[in-house]
Amino acid sequence: MAPKLPPQHTLEQSSATTTAGQAQEHDHHHGGPTGIKRWLLTTNHKEIGTLYLLFSLSMFFIGGIFALVVRAELFQPGLQLVEPEFFNQMTTMHGLIMVFGAVMPAFVGLANWMIPLQVGAPDMALPRLNNFSFWLLPVAFGLLLSTLFMPGGAPNFGWTFYAPLSTDYGPPSTTFFIFSLHIAGISSILGAINIIATILNMRAPGMRMMDMPLFVWTWLITAFLLIAVMPVLAGVITMMLMDINFGTSFFDAGGGGDPVLFQHLFWFFGHPEVYIMILPAFGIVSAIVPAFARKPLFGYASMVYATASIAILSFLVWVHHMFVVGLPLAAELFFMYTTMLIAVPTGVKVFNWVTTLFRGSITFETPMLFALAFIVMFTIGGFSGLMLAIVPADFQYHDTYFVVAHFHYVLVPGAVFAIIAGAYYWLPKWTGHYPDERLGRWHFWLSVIGVNLTFFPMHFSGLAGMPRRIPDYALQFADFNMVSSIGGFIFGVSQLLFIAVLIKCVRGGEKAPAKAWDGAEDLEWTVPSPAPLHTFETPPDLTSQAPQRH
Amino acid sequence: MSGSYYVPETSKWPALGSAAVGLMMIGMGVVLVHGVGSLVLGLGTVAVLAVMWFWFRDVVIESRQGLYDAQMDRSFRWGMGWFIFSEVMFFAAFFGTLYYVRVFALPWLDGEGAKGIATLLWPDFTASWPLMNPPDSSISGPRDIVSPWQLPLVNTLFLVASSITLTVSHEALKEGLRATARNWLIVTLALGACFLVVQGVEYYEAYTHYGITLDAGIYGSTFFLLTGFHGFHVTVGVVTLAVMLGRILKGHFSRDDHFAFEAGAWYWHFVDVVWIGLFLFVYVF
Repeated sequence: MAPKLPPQHTLEQSSATTTAGQAQEHDHHHGGPTGIKRWLLTTNHKEIGTLYLLFSLSMFFIGGIFALVVRAELFQPGLQLVEPEFFNQMTTMHGLIMVFGAVMPAFVGLANWMIPLQVGAPDMALPRLNNFSFWLLPVAFGLLLSTLFMPGGAPNFGWTFYAPLSTDYGPPSTTFFIFSLHIAGISSILGAINIIATILNMRAPGMRMMDMPLFVWTWLITAFLLIAVMPVLAGVITMMLMDINFGTSFFDAGGGGDPVLFQHLFWFFGHPEVYIMILPAFGIVSAIVPAFARKPLFGYASMVYATASIAILSFLVWVHHMFVVGLPLAAELFFMYTTMLIAVPTGVKVFNWVTTLFRGSITFETPMLFALAFIVMFTIGGFSGLMLAIVPADFQYHDTYFVVAHFHYVLVPGAVFAIIAGAYYWLPKWTGHYPDERLGRWHFWLSVIGVNLTFFPMHFSGLAGMPRRIPDYALQFADFNMVSSIGGFIFGVSQLLFIAVLIKCVRGGEKAPAKAWDGAEDLEWTVPSPAPLHTFETPPDLTSQAPQRH
Repeated sequence: MSGSYYVPETSKWPALGSAAVGLMMIGMGVVLVHGVGSLVLGLGTVAVLAVMWFWFRDVVIESRQGLYDAQMDRSFRWGMGWFIFSEVMFFAAFFGTLYYVRVFALPWLDGEGAKGIATLLWPDFTASWPLMNPPDSSISGPRDIVSPWQLPLVNTLFLVASSITLTVSHEALKEGLRATARNWLIVTLALGACFLVVQGVEYYEAYTHYGITLDAGIYGSTFFLLTGFHGFHVTVGVVTLAVMLGRILKGHFSRDDHFAFEAGAWYWHFVDVVWIGLFLFVYVF
């Protein structure tokens, strides 16, 4: 699979113009505070984007360590290393940290860095609000992590925090967990408002909506989803807070409420939330595949419409998480069919990526490797999702490791691989250096092997009936679990290579020209590498350009 | 579009703001879980308010210096518009709760439909709305309910009238009639304050005479959830409009440049519309 060709970009080196001198000149204009204050007070979208990405990376490792505690305990049947109570805290905190602390901030970080560059804007529309959105996150997750040290321990009811497990039977720290989620939610809403305002109001003259790169489009729709559902999450955790502390009975049938109401509200947030975590990934892959296939994206308009369709459908499918809770038959059927409908726009996307590859001049640099792995393995996760959509089948799969396998396929080789692909793709723009190709390949192949060893066997243990979130299991699942645990550690440790790549790339390496990849066409590749602190202070005028995409 | 978009250099308010939010939330958590730490909560709340004051102050100063162009104005409009949409969704969760409980949860507890099995839990339970007798006998429901045609109707009139007076004030501002704008804004503020006083009286009566409390089962829960968060939003709206009055008195705003006022008005109308929903579905039907 490794190509014998030299990476294509070296061939292009001479023709691309580098304007690094101009970059330095720009940097001298910036006479703001230095040291820690520079990062605390910054209003610059690139600096805030870097903060988001570094924050997300540290959460990725913290959440990853929690996952490895889980995998170490499950290496063999029987209780091995940790108490069951602590095991539950680890599964819960792993999920919360990864969803709210790692994946979402990573995409916001990429949005911060790239959206102004891709639409030709000087910065985000509301730069101070942008800083506020970021600095709420360390507060939120500091508070969340501190619950590990509180009496009664951290939240232990799973990342879905179903009532009454979380309200009547949760640890005292649940109240702090609720507040940390409130803060993270405010951060998301404000960040999304900023992104929408930037996209709708800050595009360079002449850039119409249907000229925008797909990463911008997918983020526009993601931001809409965020503003629509994060307040619902805020509402449901507020009701939890009141049930816990003020004697209300929202989720208590004894007072006329209903625990199932919690699940409806949670999943009305939760299902759009999973698309929040995948739509920007679609955008990244839709940038990388054409760049390395050296062909324009196939079906640009249909990609936009497919993204919008997925977003709209995401509001109509939440009950498929609750098929076994006891619902009227009509509801089960309705939500089964709407869920299956999502496969249509998703299929359009996969078709378009594959067709973009068709007869392209493909090279396999690290970003492309991760993007291609995304297409294959996200599709596997999509198919197992289709299986889960079938009500009678879901009765069997519900709350087993099959579900764990499904959502890890869409989130790890899905969302996380897309984030990593985006990082490799845009690192030349951020640092001015190409990431180390050899280390990158090691990182890629070890990640692919690790991910599949970890999650593929979970399909089988799940179908055979192994329940999720339990620290012990029946002997017949032992082999699958041992393989999963070995894979988990391979995947976890190989992420250290990513750190090595990042450090190497920041400190030096092959110099990148403005247009770092020769098939990359969007606006960000017209500014120097590394991108100077301030770009597009006067927006580029694109009115004279011919329509690029269709 | 001319490259005049104002990008502020650096600011200490966002970072201080998140620290203040953290302090406030930690304080609230410690108060709720351990029953101590009201000082931290107080300090945090004051800090949040102070940061808001200084941050908005900076924005007002920059606006007065003419640093904002038409494009910046559009950013503010999009920002405020989407913020209100997020508030709509926040209340949608609470209205959804109310409908779900009334349409599904209570009839199912009473043995209706496919989920009728729930009736085995409390065979004697009879569904009704308002729910005066919660299923579990340890939870005592309200003794009586608030009549919609007394205080709530008065409050409806106050809020609807205030939306009209605010619009009059806004139109006056657009015509450059500053004194008229100021007077109608004062009337609006007075109506908003009256609403809050009446709501306070109603809460007092609900607790002391009607037995509508937070722990009176789902009726009290939804009643205070919806009216409470609405009341909080009215309070925020009154403070916002009071600031706008202060700015009018200081000579801010011109005929075609007064987005802060307009944003406050959008917010006020939104709060008004939420009340109409409350009046209909919490009180009348």
